[in-house]
Amino acid sequence: MNIQAANDTAATRAIVEVEGIGKIYPGGTVALEGVDLEFPTGQMTTLLGPSGCGKTTLLKIIAGLLEPTAGEVRINGKPVFGPGPERAFVFQDFALLPWATVLRNVAFGLELQGRDKSERETIAQASIEKVGLAGFENAYPHELSGGMRQRVGLARALCVDADVLLMDEPFSAVDEQTRRLFQEELLRLLEKEKKTVIFVTHSIEEAVYVSDRIVLLSPRPGRVNRIVSMDLDRAGLSADEIRREKLFLDTVEDIWQTLKQYLTDERMNE
Amino acid sequence: MTVFGFRIPAAFSLLIWCVIWEIIGRLEAVFIFPPLSGVLVALVKILGQNNFHNAAIISLQAFSWGMLYAVVVGVAMGFLMGRVEAANKLLGMWVNIFASAPLSSLVPVLMLLFGFGQTTIIVTVFLFAVWIITLDTYAGIRHVNPSLIEMARVFGAGRVQLYTKVLFWAALPEILAGVRMGLIRAVKGVVIGQLLISVVALGQMFARYSRSFLLEEFWALTLILFVFALGLSSAIGWVEQKVEYYAGTRN
Repeated sequence: MNIQAANDTAATRAIVEVEGIGKIYPGGTVALEGVDLEFPTGQMTTLLGPSGCGKTTLLKIIAGLLEPTAGEVRINGKPVFGPGPERAFVFQDFALLPWATVLRNVAFGLELQGRDKSERETIAQASIEKVGLAGFENAYPHELSGGMRQRVGLARALCVDADVLLMDEPFSAVDEQTRRLFQEELLRLLEKEKKTVIFVTHSIEEAVYVSDRIVLLSPRPGRVNRIVSMDLDRAGLSADEIRREKLFLDTVEDIWQTLKQYLTDERMNE
Repeated sequence: MTVFGFRIPAAFSLLIWCVIWEIIGRLEAVFIFPPLSGVLVALVKILGQNNFHNAAIISLQAFSWGMLYAVVVGVAMGFLMGRVEAANKLLGMWVNIFASAPLSSLVPVLMLLFGFGQTTIIVTVFLFAVWIITLDTYAGIRHVNPSLIEMARVFGAGRVQLYTKVLFWAALPEILAGVRMGLIRAVKGVVIGQLLISVVALGQMFARYSRSFLLEEFWALTLILFVFALGLSSAIGWVEQKVEYYAGTRN
């Protein structure tokens, strides 16, 4: 596997840079240590690793929800110290307002920005159609299936027109069949939207299927272990063809061998 | 409930108790229980009396003001304790002590502080209701899904927006439950306050009826208060049900 050179073309200039990030939780648990990463504009990068490797912690630090104990996060070259409009987040448990309709939930980011009602509902409506939820504008979250709820979460993130989309295990609370369909739709959607996506998952197949680059984190403390790039030209291939590609299968196997190594190392240490 | 295949309405069990009450009353078995029919006659008589109207208005005023302060202060304290750990450590113990303390014993002390008038009764009502509202609001805030708070922050919510657009609504079912329980305690607060102080309004009527063994009137007044408390509490319960559609699906 080749390690991607971050500055090969202007198009892949890093929009998000992470330098020397460390995180020690109160009580002394070292969640992350010395993490340096660059996330090229317009690419989908996955943070992959076993539980306890700090991948969600890193994502939340990039989102500005958690403060790192060391290092800094830069967006477009500028250090950031909290959440900002250039980043949107998709939550593992959807984080929808149970008392609000789909329309209001999707428009919630715009509502917080103080946009007026008709404007934000027009934008939200377009976003709802993009994720395939047209007709459910007036439904409440508890009336929807898990997959549909996550579509609401995705539409809300698309609505605020952030350049960077942060997704924290977005499909882990969704059943297997729905997840596969959702992954395919996500790829199609992102092709049009030209967003930079940072995606957290613990599923190897999911990581290899959706990403351009996979960052493997090793556990305790979380460190960048390897960066695998997927130079698979997805254009013209159906989802099932991609899943049968030799490169796809080899990459899955290769990553599995690395992850297995972490697990056996850990067992030896115990 | 079904008996021999017939569906019996829920109100039927109430009817059975009414009949039992009437029979015990007629038998003059227990002297404090006059027949229900007599109580109902007294009830109609009381409802027409001027001094009942005056007593009701004074009591209702004390109840409303005390309850209003209790809701405002209780919800604010619950929010503070739920969001600021230091405030929780500082206040939590006292709120729990007062929530379970026999507050009636405090009323004579309140009298020394606030005099023999309406103020003391308002303070009594407030003290009866405020703690349970605080505790329930606190529980509501603590149960808000942390993801919702992160979501609000990541999409740019300021402090005020976080409270008005997320936390308040997320904690609303618990806040309403607290208000409903506070309400029932507040009704007790009015009567106990009025009984223990110079004996005014409803308290005065209760004292007079029991002292002169006017038990039909005594029970009639009790029934009126009972229906009032139950009515208000069901009104809040109805609002609670309106928001319940999400209460069960919050996490």
